[in-house]
Amino acid sequence: MQASKADIIQQLQQQIFPLQGLKHTPAAAAPKFGLGPIEHAFPNHCFPTGAIHEFICDDLPGTAASGGFIAGLLGVLMKDNGASLWISSSRTLFPPALSSFGLSPDRLIFIDVKNEKHLPWVLEEALKCNGLSAVVGEIKEMSFTASRRLQLAVEQSRVTGFLLRQQPKCLATTACVARWKINSLISEVDQDLPGIGFPRWKVDLLKIRNGKPGSWEVSWIQNQFRFTPVITAIPAILKRKAG
Amino acid sequence: MSQRFVAIWFRHLTTDALSRQQPELRHVPFVLAAKDHGRLVITAANPKATSEGITTGMVVADARAILPGLHVVDEVPGRESELLHAIAEWCIRYAPITAVDIPDVIFLDCSGCAHLWGGETEYVEHLQSRLNAFGYSVRISMADTIGTAWAIARYGRPPLIVAPGAQFDALLPMPAASLRLDRSIIELVVKLGLRQVKDFIGMPATALRRRFGKAFVQRLAQALGQEEENLQPVQPIEPYQERLPCLEPIVTAIGIEIAVKQLLDQLCLPLKKVEKGLRQACLKCYRVDGKIESVSIGTNRPSNNIPHLFKLFEYKLPTIEPALGIELFVLEAPIVEDIKPLQEKLWEGSCGLESLALSRLIDHLSIKIGAENIHRYLPDEHHWPERSIKNATTLDETASIPWKREQPRPMQLLASPQPIEVTAPIPDYPPMLFRYKGQLHKIKKADGPERIEQEWWLQEGQHRDYYAVEDEEGKRYWLFRLGHYDAAKTYQWFIHGFFA
Repeated sequence: MQASKADIIQQLQQQIFPLQGLKHTPAAAAPKFGLGPIEHAFPNHCFPTGAIHEFICDDLPGTAASGGFIAGLLGVLMKDNGASLWISSSRTLFPPALSSFGLSPDRLIFIDVKNEKHLPWVLEEALKCNGLSAVVGEIKEMSFTASRRLQLAVEQSRVTGFLLRQQPKCLATTACVARWKINSLISEVDQDLPGIGFPRWKVDLLKIRNGKPGSWEVSWIQNQFRFTPVITAIPAILKRKAG
Repeated sequence: MSQRFVAIWFRHLTTDALSRQQPELRHVPFVLAAKDHGRLVITAANPKATSEGITTGMVVADARAILPGLHVVDEVPGRESELLHAIAEWCIRYAPITAVDIPDVIFLDCSGCAHLWGGETEYVEHLQSRLNAFGYSVRISMADTIGTAWAIARYGRPPLIVAPGAQFDALLPMPAASLRLDRSIIELVVKLGLRQVKDFIGMPATALRRRFGKAFVQRLAQALGQEEENLQPVQPIEPYQERLPCLEPIVTAIGIEIAVKQLLDQLCLPLKKVEKGLRQACLKCYRVDGKIESVSIGTNRPSNNIPHLFKLFEYKLPTIEPALGIELFVLEAPIVEDIKPLQEKLWEGSCGLESLALSRLIDHLSIKIGAENIHRYLPDEHHWPERSIKNATTLDETASIPWKREQPRPMQLLASPQPIEVTAPIPDYPPMLFRYKGQLHKIKKADGPERIEQEWWLQEGQHRDYYAVEDEEGKRYWLFRLGHYDAAKTYQWFIHGFFA
């Protein structure tokens, strides 16, 4: 009887997902993000596309790290010559950097909204457009209602939205499916070779609807996400050595 | 269909215009005069003055002798041309092509227009009454050729409408001066006793050409319709232009919307037939008070999709000020391009730069936030970071060179490099620590230097030595030193970007 109860719960959960705007995509059709262990945190074990993801950044290096992680995801989303929009009111993104994350910068269209009041409108219009693979928006503050509008827009158009929120004043609940925080980590270099290694981030999934939040260490190596198994014992030893 | 032309001869153009401005002048004889060799010579006289025997070319002193109370006003040079152009533009409501003939005639190409007013007589009467109401005394004629219309307007007897194909008979009793020729030629013709057109119309063209020159024969042929004559329109005609005259002046927003929809319907139909789409459209609203309100839109990809174009106009329509009403709407498409015969349905759901939905979205956004705020970048052949990208002009433009991936480039680039304080071992090592915005960063790892030289043909300046550095928290920065190390310490360190 125990097993059947779990089945029923599973079944009910599957019925709830579409109501919450998570459409089930068959495993074969879903894009492969190569997110490895992170994917277990998502509902249905697959990265929610056609939803809004929110990234919290503390400072410019944090924004750069989030930008790198998003670029890695965009590379997969725009695989079939897709196009994306990058909407911001004060853009510092340097397009040539994106080419090292497996996407062609000329397939991105940058919208610089001078008046911040227009930002939510532009975001919503962009997210409604089904000719896009993804939309990235740099928006600092967002109310629950505004995020809800964006979520409703993507449920229709199935566009994936990424919101970069740099130093938001208030971190209230939003209707976004996931809330991430990406921070840089010291890069790993083999045998103390000189120079900087591959980009390495601490990826915190702070909130995920119907999933399990968690924390991972991710590197970007040769156009792929690579995971370092988090072993809690070793860093302590290293610390002692270094100290 | 045969062509029909209207000639409007303003008998007292400048004086009528002046009495329009100063109604008190209407009932007094007055003249316009200009200085010529130290004398005041009359250049125009109003009907009252003319009836007293004052003609143009008279000296003011002589005229004063005839009429002591004569009012004299200084002539404004170029006034005729100004007036004629303004009136010709106003006349566009009667015919799409209007042209001026300085000093006192306006031509309208009214082919296919007259029936809208109920016939040629009504058309001319309507035009006459409107111009008379403005205070201009005019003679309006209509004929198959420009030359005949001009001749009849000047010298013809009413009715001034020449039936189609009857210009030969109409011209016969006209004086030689009716051929729009130089005064010297006319004087010669009259001297030879050829006072009327019928006196020389039967002569062989070769004989006429030998005696009076090429222009004479040409004008005659043009008046008879044997040779084509073109008008120089006051407003050049757009090949794709639609007009919507309104019975009642339109003042409401809904009225304007309906007008725009109707015009778009009319404009897009021929465009669809020839597989073209407009890149730019301009809506002109002719107001009752003579002012013209205009709004224009642009698209990223040629389009003849009516709902999309209407949506673009919808944002701009509130800026139109109808005032007392709009009596004519004109929609023009100055830039028209071929549409690649796309299967719209096939591309509808697709993602990518080719997607129709995307180009429509961009049109949309550019109307609201301005097209200059929308960018797409292509790699440019420069190493200097600020110049390494250029704006793409269209959505279709592809990169001529591949994106460079050999050298690390930061994810975030500051708009301008910020100076930082640095401790660095000399001469060419990366810094050990730097201070940016009051915060000290200890550098653990570094790559570089990558020297980027200033492009002397574009800008003078020192080279930059870039280092990619990582601090103890793992944050990665792009720093550079401007110039060489030297004892005088003229170099300076900057932070330029942040790596992912």
